[in-house]
Amino acid sequence: MKPVRVVEGRAVPLERSDVDTDQIIPSDWLKRVERTGFGRGLFSEWRDDPDFVLNRPDYVGASVLIAGPRFGIGSSREHAVWALMDYGFEAVIAPSFGDIFVNNSSKQGLVIVVLALADVEELTELIKVDPSRLVVVDVDRQRVEVPEAGFQRRFEIDPMTRERLLNGWDDIGLTLLREPAIAAFEATEEAPDLEGIFDDAGHVL
Amino acid sequence: MPAARTLFGKIWDEHVIEALGEQTLLYIDLHLVHEVTSPQAFESLRLNGRGVRRPERTLATADHNVPTDPISTPVSDPVSRRQLEALEENCQEFGITVFPRGHENQGIVHVIGPELGVTQPGMTIVCGDSHTSTHGAFGALAFGIGTSEVEHVLATQTLPQQKAKSMAVTLEGCVRPGVSAKDIALAIVSNLGTGGGAGHVIEYRGDAIRELTMEGRMTLCNMSIEAGARAGLVAVDDTTIEYLRSRPSVPKGDEFESAAKRWRTFVSDDDATFDAEIVMRAEDIVPSITWGTNPAQVVSLDGVIPSPDEFADPDERSTTERSLAYMGLTPGTPVRSIPVDVVFIGSCTNSRIEDLRAAASLAQGRHVADGVRALVVPGSHRVKRQAEAEGLDRVFLDAGFEWREPGCSMCLGMNPDQLGSEMRCASTSNRNFEGRQGRGGRTHLVSPAVAAASAVMGRFASPEELP
Ligand code: SF4
Repeated sequence: MKPVRVVEGRAVPLERSDVDTDQIIPSDWLKRVERTGFGRGLFSEWRDDPDFVLNRPDYVGASVLIAGPRFGIGSSREHAVWALMDYGFEAVIAPSFGDIFVNNSSKQGLVIVVLALADVEELTELIKVDPSRLVVVDVDRQRVEVPEAGFQRRFEIDPMTRERLLNGWDDIGLTLLREPAIAAFEATEEAPDLEGIFDDAGHVL
Repeated sequence: MPAARTLFGKIWDEHVIEALGEQTLLYIDLHLVHEVTSPQAFESLRLNGRGVRRPERTLATADHNVPTDPISTPVSDPVSRRQLEALEENCQEFGITVFPRGHENQGIVHVIGPELGVTQPGMTIVCGDSHTSTHGAFGALAFGIGTSEVEHVLATQTLPQQKAKSMAVTLEGCVRPGVSAKDIALAIVSNLGTGGGAGHVIEYRGDAIRELTMEGRMTLCNMSIEAGARAGLVAVDDTTIEYLRSRPSVPKGDEFESAAKRWRTFVSDDDATFDAEIVMRAEDIVPSITWGTNPAQVVSLDGVIPSPDEFADPDERSTTERSLAYMGLTPGTPVRSIPVDVVFIGSCTNSRIEDLRAAASLAQGRHVADGVRALVVPGSHRVKRQAEAEGLDRVFLDAGFEWREPGCSMCLGMNPDQLGSEMRCASTSNRNFEGRQGRGGRTHLVSPAVAAASAVMGRFASPEELP
């Protein structure tokens, strides 16, 4: 994963709550075996509507998405994160998020920013008034800013996720450094495994 | 004396490898894999020259995009076919047991784990699917993960996790006759809202839960995620042990008894405290249905479609307006007057043998209404064989239902079983999101009994109405 210190760009106000992962990337898109190319499927059921916000010329090329409460609820599909990033989003700001979506985002370097509902609404209005305003999401300083409008808020992020974003750390690489501890744990582990239960063809022995 | 712990706390403590600052490195006992969320994980393992640490703690099945046509029909969609082949190739390469389409053990991942007995109390179980919460019915800590985490578990058999908070949802008293586990699940989701359980692991408690069968407990834990929770749990009791006794993957004889003794410790201590507690009266729960596009939009089968004016909060009002428009519904319409086009009995929420028995008992000697398409999709080949041994397939076929091969099917519409635009469906699945069952399709979540009754009546109906 690439390190992320600051995301700076134009923003898109989605103005919807409970946007679930089936809407972010509908299931017909999940059949691919690759990790790329999902941007075309982002919100695909809404994009036929010429008035849908992503279709408005003002918002083309934006890198920050602003959404309502409970963004990314529903299925565990990481494809939702791949689709947002492939489309060009680098940060999502909302009052709350689905748990698994937040986890998935942290693995890919999509910055998740939780702001109070009132702040999200204020930010939405600032952008709607002038979509060309730049939004700055500073992971290092934990700040969201719209410098031109004097908007500035602090956001909370767990220290581990912040470190990983700032350094671009690969989780698996980090865990593999804990190998002795894992091996020691396994030596005392009681739970059964599937050894001796199925034959090579998967039939119960 | 050691401090009192919740069931969640006990399972968590047993799996801590070490603390990593805010997070904890947790050991994973069982990793379930399916074709949709795994190909990119395997690909990445290959690119990084990494292997699968414990293939014998990993089990794979095809479920999400398998067609439910007879097994002899080839998979016509080339992209789905490629994904199914990739699962088999990947499992072969990394030494993982896999049940491909048509295999005697194949089925929906959350149906096969429990029925084979690989899901056991006290375990940590993960799968790249949010409804992994289903396995919590066995007193196992089971939760959904994304593809990067799938790769992490394949490579290390561990996951760095932030410990969730604990929540007790207690049902006081007993449910009234005719109220199913699905109705309980809908009542809880409606009560908590889609975000009410966020950051929490819910333990379901109380007499009404103790009285549920394992199938019912699975239905309930399955839908924990619809309330935003990380996982659902039910404490181990006799019902759990008896369900497991005859399963192929559990130890036999004396070894079973000693395993059962250990399993019985997976209950919350009497004086354990939870971070949040919700109490509901079981007798208030009635047969229910979702009317909107999120699973918390629930109304009684006896009720009417709500109006946006009922909601004071402007956000909720506009959500309601949007949902009504998408669903093509007018406020004030009695639920029982709404016609259905399709009935889907299936999914990891309600496709186990007990669900099929409940539906078949209503289909027996009756017929699906004209113009209604009704599908029954058993959760697994084991469920299908059992149902056929009991003659349920004949009951369904004689009544005009389709009897199909196992898989996720119309739960998420990745295979050809999809709703057309504006088609209205009574579905026993778990999500009524826009487009979930096919673009423009309108999903109403119901119990198997309500689904079967609605198929016969051609509109939303309950069993008592049947002629
Ligand atoms: S049946 Fe539906 S919810 Fe269950 S695993 Fe399959 S797609 Fe997911």
